[in-house]
Amino acid sequence: MSTRTKPPAPLEAVAGAFLARYEARPEHDATRARAAALFRAGGLPSPREEPWHYTTLRPLADAVFDAPPADPAPLLALLPDIAAARLIFAHGRFRADLSVLPTGITVRTGAPAWGRLARPAIEKLVALNTMLAEDGAEIEVAEGVDAGTLILASLATGGAFHPRHAIRLGRGARLTLLEVNIGTGAYLNNPVFSVSVADDANLTHLRIQTEAPDAFHLSTLYAEVGAHGTYDSFLLSLGGRLARMEVHARLAGEKSAAHLNAAQLLGGSQHADFTTVVTHDAPSTTSRQTVKNVLTGRSRGVFQGKIEVSRGAQKTDGYQMNQALLLSGEAEIDSKPQLEIYADDVKCSHGATVGELDPDQLFYLRSRGVPEAEARSLLVRAFLDEALDPITHDAARETMEGMIATWWEQQTP
Amino acid sequence: MLEIKGLTARVEDKEILKGIDLVVPDGEVHAIMGPNGSGKSTLSYVLSGREGYEVTGGSATFDGIDLLSLPPEQRAAAGLFLAFQYPVELPGVNNANFLRTALNAVRRAHGEPELDAVKFLKMARAEIKRLSMADDMLKRNVNVGFSGGEKKRNEVLQMAILRPRLAILDETDSGLDIDALKIVADGVNALRAPNFSALVITHYQRLLDYIVPDRVHVLFNGRIIRSGGPELALALEATGYASVIAEAA
Repeated sequence: MSTRTKPPAPLEAVAGAFLARYEARPEHDATRARAAALFRAGGLPSPREEPWHYTTLRPLADAVFDAPPADPAPLLALLPDIAAARLIFAHGRFRADLSVLPTGITVRTGAPAWGRLARPAIEKLVALNTMLAEDGAEIEVAEGVDAGTLILASLATGGAFHPRHAIRLGRGARLTLLEVNIGTGAYLNNPVFSVSVADDANLTHLRIQTEAPDAFHLSTLYAEVGAHGTYDSFLLSLGGRLARMEVHARLAGEKSAAHLNAAQLLGGSQHADFTTVVTHDAPSTTSRQTVKNVLTGRSRGVFQGKIEVSRGAQKTDGYQMNQALLLSGEAEIDSKPQLEIYADDVKCSHGATVGELDPDQLFYLRSRGVPEAEARSLLVRAFLDEALDPITHDAARETMEGMIATWWEQQTP
Repeated sequence: MLEIKGLTARVEDKEILKGIDLVVPDGEVHAIMGPNGSGKSTLSYVLSGREGYEVTGGSATFDGIDLLSLPPEQRAAAGLFLAFQYPVELPGVNNANFLRTALNAVRRAHGEPELDAVKFLKMARAEIKRLSMADDMLKRNVNVGFSGGEKKRNEVLQMAILRPRLAILDETDSGLDIDALKIVADGVNALRAPNFSALVITHYQRLLDYIVPDRVHVLFNGRIIRSGGPELALALEATGYASVIAEAA
């Protein structure tokens, strides 16, 4: 009689395939080996874990990423038309031939930029990234330098890749980083970012996630902000079959600030999850999160926002608002705010709203001659305004407005 | 010319309009007066096409066009304008953008070229000045944080820019102080022309001192129970609706 072993659960099979890829690597340095041990023990996140309650990676088991990567150069035409230096990664590898190197910024590529903030022992996807990362950008702006705008783009046509980026702003430095994720076909993009903003420095991080309809985008970003520094981010998430954008921001210095604004625009059977953890670890720190979801079809949006206030972080000012516009009866939003406060003199608020387009507003516009489709478009744009308005980079904002308009046209054939 | 014949309508299960007959020829301003609950606002919503108001009989045509079969935006394109009793706030929509979108939608419907931002702003600023409105009115979000008077003036501004051929003013005087009332009335009077007509719905005679109507109709319990010249409004102010209602009963 033969003994039958139980077939591995679907996600275990996926994890096994990643481990096989790791084993096939020619070298296993200590960093990767530690991550591989963690990943072997922990596997991929499962819905049984609280932070993954609303998002399952199960669809990864049915996805095939083995199409040979094609020439990504045609995708360059999809990049925002903004005059700025650009670091182009294709399938997770830096492409010097497609890039325009910046001046006033130190950039190192050719190996993963590990950074010092990532926690592979806690975030399983970061263990996966660490185990398989091949490349990344280490971006450094020296003390006092205003480095303008830099585009960091990921292009893909297939495969699974795990870029590892580190961004460091010296004291008083400034940078606008425009991150763009685009592609065609089926692929997995699993980047990890380590972002350090020193005292008085200001990083504006504008993130565009417009991955291909069959793509998976799983990103984890860690940020640490020094005294009087600001990490100011806006995420436009409208691509991919499944997207999870996770941000851990620690306000480490007095009067530092983090803005984690986002707009998730989803249709069809898309699933997108924006998960944030903001840790107020110093007095008089401020966090702002305005997250807007516009959901059509059978799409599902998730926002999980946790605000942690440490014992010493008096005068913390935390604000979080998650709003969803459900434009179909089958769309779904899951919203989970969490506050963990260990200081006694703080101001923290959170709220969530879910609704449809307001019929009175629609009628008002139509009574002025605006056709229904245009009126709906105007109201959707108005709904997003609060999240888009704080973007001070005009060209980037216009680019995103254009993407939103195009997205909307695709939803209303 | 607006022609309403035997118009009946209900909201949910309640019959509100019970047979309205009314003709407003081009160039004329007619007032509709009546106590609360008589059907004044329902009439304005039925004519402008708001959802939830079910027409159960009769007709309403404007220059022979069957208004009741058109969606609200096409009624606007046909020249109809409703000044709302309670103008709607549009957070996130800038007033200038709103006005230009509306104007260009109507121009498109007429086969006219759209106005660019520069030409539009020039025109809008001139109207704003004429209506003694604050300059920042164009930059603010539509009706958001506006006082009652500012909201009503914003309705008149929209009317001045869209240049309708038939305006329905639904209690535009409510909540206005006397100065704002004069400004609003001046705005309406400025549009008076042989090809412009208006239906002024009001509870009080006061507005009609400034927008003098050609005809006055008393609406009660879903029907017009009395029509007359401007002197009818004055009589109502003196004696109240009770005597007219008693007479009609």
